[in-house]
Amino acid sequence: MNQPSMFEALRGIIQRDLLLAMRRRSDVAMSVFFLVIVASLFPLGVGPEPTVLRTIAPGVLWVAALLACLLSLGRVFTADYLDGVLEQMLLVSQPLAVLVVGKVFAHWVISGLPVVLLSPLLGLQFGLSGESLGVLVLSLLLGTPTLSMIGGIGAALVLGVRGSGLLVALLVLPLYVPVLIFGAGAVTSSSAGIGGEANLSLLGACLVLSLFFAPWATAAALRIALE
Amino acid sequence: MSVTGVNWLKYSSPQAFYPLAGRMIPWCAAAASVVMGVGLYIGFFVAPTDFQQGEAYRIIFVHVPAAWMSMFLYVVMAVWAGLGLGLNARLSFMMAQAIAPTGAMFTFLALLTGAMWGKPTWGAWWVWDARLTSELILLFQYAGVMLLRTSIDDLRRADRASAVFALVGVVNVPIIYFSVRWWNTLHQGASVSMTAGSKMAATMLTAMLLMTVGFWMYSIAVTLARVRCVMVEREQLPAWSKQSPMPDVAEAR
Repeated sequence: MNQPSMFEALRGIIQRDLLLAMRRRSDVAMSVFFLVIVASLFPLGVGPEPTVLRTIAPGVLWVAALLACLLSLGRVFTADYLDGVLEQMLLVSQPLAVLVVGKVFAHWVISGLPVVLLSPLLGLQFGLSGESLGVLVLSLLLGTPTLSMIGGIGAALVLGVRGSGLLVALLVLPLYVPVLIFGAGAVTSSSAGIGGEANLSLLGACLVLSLFFAPWATAAALRIALE
Repeated sequence: MSVTGVNWLKYSSPQAFYPLAGRMIPWCAAAASVVMGVGLYIGFFVAPTDFQQGEAYRIIFVHVPAAWMSMFLYVVMAVWAGLGLGLNARLSFMMAQAIAPTGAMFTFLALLTGAMWGKPTWGAWWVWDARLTSELILLFQYAGVMLLRTSIDDLRRADRASAVFALVGVVNVPIIYFSVRWWNTLHQGASVSMTAGSKMAATMLTAMLLMTVGFWMYSIAVTLARVRCVMVEREQLPAWSKQSPMPDVAEAR
């Protein structure tokens, strides 16, 4: 029998996860609505002062994006863990880290990409200028894959553990802090007129580092969870 | 005990390590109290008063060593965790488990003394500066390691999962260490460096180094005492633990 190549395996995993997500569209819609609602609560709580809103917008939108990513982390591995598919993945001849990249990428397409696409609209709600909106989209585009990669490690570590939803937040949120600082910093410095390039470069560096290291850590965590 | 001809690998088994740890604890504890006593005396009574900060600066004799230990212990914990994952050694996981609370305590101590120093000097208990924030994240990571371990009932999985998390968190340690150099923030740069020599009076440096050695000895003593408790807890009071000269075994349960 023909062995599928590493690339085919990766594509297969992504297609399968996206298909599964499309069959349960409400799950996807939930994290998007969560983002919109959280972002809309701040102007109601803080007050509609445009200058205040413009100042807090980068931080609020980034924190909302981070929480939306966190809430959907439980879906990355849990279903496959419960029905035994994950154990089959461990037995495949392809390296587990490659399959992990596929699953995490699918998670990003389902939960990160909608956030990126929706962010200009939310930014407008907070009165961000055109250039800042562009930097916001770019920073989320670079940052949310990192969130998914780091989140994958946490999701794999707490697989099947009691109270895993809260535990994964406690584990993953401290690790999200650099991404939050650089992401919100890029938008803030762009609004302040000094350009967000430095922070965007750091976000890119975070993405490259997490792309390289996180799949191995996630694979190790999955093996530990399933032994 | 002669240095040559000792089979050090023998001590990688909890059974052999347990009495060794028991013998080491009193020595390390005594060294810790003597060195810390001398260090505190020099720091509080001998070292000159700082001409800018007055007497308030003296808290650095606790603050700086505690901050060093908080980072150092995290690395040591991660090394034990990595050894445990790589060599599949039970004792390594036990050591990693035993170090975590002490490291968290030093992180908290560094943050607390920093706040006490910051109020008179900066005029604020807390600022969102890069070094303070990353040290706070270190505290969260210690908490994460300990919480992950206690949340998983299966001992083997708890060991290995918290080891992976500890290793992932190591990226934060260089960020804390270099934060004052990378970001131009309120927290001052390093006053002590290996290459350029220190920028402080010799007595101050002596006190600080003595306190570091003292904290180090304290960490060893406490970690060894805790690892003995961990062993007793895990091995459900095996017969050999009762042969130990230390009387605290029964109370450890």
